[in-house]
Amino acid sequence: MNFWEMFYKNKLAMTGCGIVLLLFVVSLLAPVIAPYDPGAIDLKNVLAPPSGQHWFGTDQLGRDVLSRMIWGARISLKVGFVATGLAILIGMILGAVAGYYGGWIDATIMRFVDVMLCFPTFFLILAVIAFLEPSIWNIMIVIGLTGWMGVTRLVRADFISLRERDFVQAARAIGANDTRIIFMHILPNALASILVAATLGIAGAILTESALSFLGIGVQPPTPSWGNILTAGKDNIDIAWWLSLYPGLAILITVVGYNLLGEGIRDATDPRLKR
Amino acid sequence: MSTYLIKRVLFMIPLLLGITIICFFVMRLAPGSPTDLQTQMNPKASAEMKERLMSMYELDKPIHVQYWSWLKKLGRGDLGTSFSSDHRPVSDKILERLPITILINFLSLLIIIAVAVPIGVLSAVHQDSLFDKVTAVLVFIGFAVPTFWLALLLMIFFGISLGWLPISGLRSLNYEYLSAWGQLVDLAKHLILPVFISAFGGLAGLSRYMRANMLEVIRQDYILTARAKGLSERQVIYKHALRNALLPAITILGLSIPGLIGGSVIFETIFAIPGMGQLFYMSVMARDYPTVMGILLIGAILTLVGNLIADVSYALADPRIRIS
Repeated sequence: MNFWEMFYKNKLAMTGCGIVLLLFVVSLLAPVIAPYDPGAIDLKNVLAPPSGQHWFGTDQLGRDVLSRMIWGARISLKVGFVATGLAILIGMILGAVAGYYGGWIDATIMRFVDVMLCFPTFFLILAVIAFLEPSIWNIMIVIGLTGWMGVTRLVRADFISLRERDFVQAARAIGANDTRIIFMHILPNALASILVAATLGIAGAILTESALSFLGIGVQPPTPSWGNILTAGKDNIDIAWWLSLYPGLAILITVVGYNLLGEGIRDATDPRLKR
Repeated sequence: MSTYLIKRVLFMIPLLLGITIICFFVMRLAPGSPTDLQTQMNPKASAEMKERLMSMYELDKPIHVQYWSWLKKLGRGDLGTSFSSDHRPVSDKILERLPITILINFLSLLIIIAVAVPIGVLSAVHQDSLFDKVTAVLVFIGFAVPTFWLALLLMIFFGISLGWLPISGLRSLNYEYLSAWGQLVDLAKHLILPVFISAFGGLAGLSRYMRANMLEVIRQDYILTARAKGLSERQVIYKHALRNALLPAITILGLSIPGLIGGSVIFETIFAIPGMGQLFYMSVMARDYPTVMGILLIGAILTLVGNLIADVSYALADPRIRIS
């Protein structure tokens, strides 16, 4: 059975795929489908509970929560992809170099990975972002810079098992240099596990971004993000439950979607599951 | 064993040095300085005054000189003086807040073990049963729930709608007038939600890991041998299989410590608990370099010690691993 057949048959993976596609569509069409301007303040309608006009209610400035969530989807998507892209890039290069060359290069890189892993990463992210001035670009960069260790380990393991194979020897025999062997010959064989790590990484990055925005050092108001709507939810916790409930549900569903998709890809590419 | 221990402890020193160097340089290289906050508030502050502040905090010196003097002070057990208006020693500020953070993390670690291990074992033993399927779904959702959101929902439900539990701080207003027992109950009530939230993140990971381990162990030959000997199913599962499945879980627990400590920033801020995480958040916001460095160092030490304990107990529990 090939990859697509395996994937189509997996209902959970297709559900995840559907959720992720839906998020893409919502983000792309945000200006069209959002019922209100996400920044439109309406002081006569402050903290209005969900109703026919405002499905998810309004916030402390009378802004429509649904519209802010739709625009917030864009932020999550952007942060997820850029942060994970950066982490994958770093992890891929370090893992490939460590696994391919071995010896002291491998030892040095893996010790560095150990240092990064035994660190309360969230503390470091918090410190760096607060000192750098919170902005969406800083968040993406810092989440990326602290999330590459898992990918490094994965890619390294793949390279160690692949580097002595016949096709690598053949490439070397026809005179390919190291860079060419690493990127053109070995790396394509490690892509499946990288793709899985990337999909799961996006979920993690979205969770981290929302936590940072919730703490007030992520995406800054008035730009809407799911995390900073939840901050308003906390400030008005005793009167406006809708500010807390819906953005969190959006995060939950998004993360579930990416996780399902990632596991689906893993199952479809795992040779042990092929029948 | 003792040489192994000494080796491990000695190996922690370069690791800690590496961590402090990374933190120190990343922080100081970031634009903006702590004096900005103090001088911005005061329109009369002159450039001269700013310089005096900079030299008082030694911020005008090159960064490696600053690091070296920080390190020398650390050697004497001195973490420096806080930049905040109280100008207290950083070590005092941290020490008074450390116990509550450690207490909450320790309690949540206990809960993680007490809940996740049985769930993992039961769902492995009854693979594909209804229980297994339900927990699989719950675990999957558990991975995806933002804990701070769950905290908000629980605060709304138990704190506001039902009014059963307090939603902020560690003590009620009438704490002083309660009996000793009453004070304990009051503290426990304040801790229920924070401890649950702190444990929640680790539950899903460990139970899934336990299930996978258990499934692998049950298929081993020695389990077949145990069954063939005629041992009861109970003895096979809880004596022979569980012990072997528990071993790798110890390492996972060690690895989950950084996450727990990092999470304390979130739940301590939400529940207004005066612990290390809240202090960290406030210090970061105030650009209080010495306090931030001090907490980063303590956090790293706690993590390394946690990993060390995990590795040592692994070695003690597994007779196949005897380090010479």
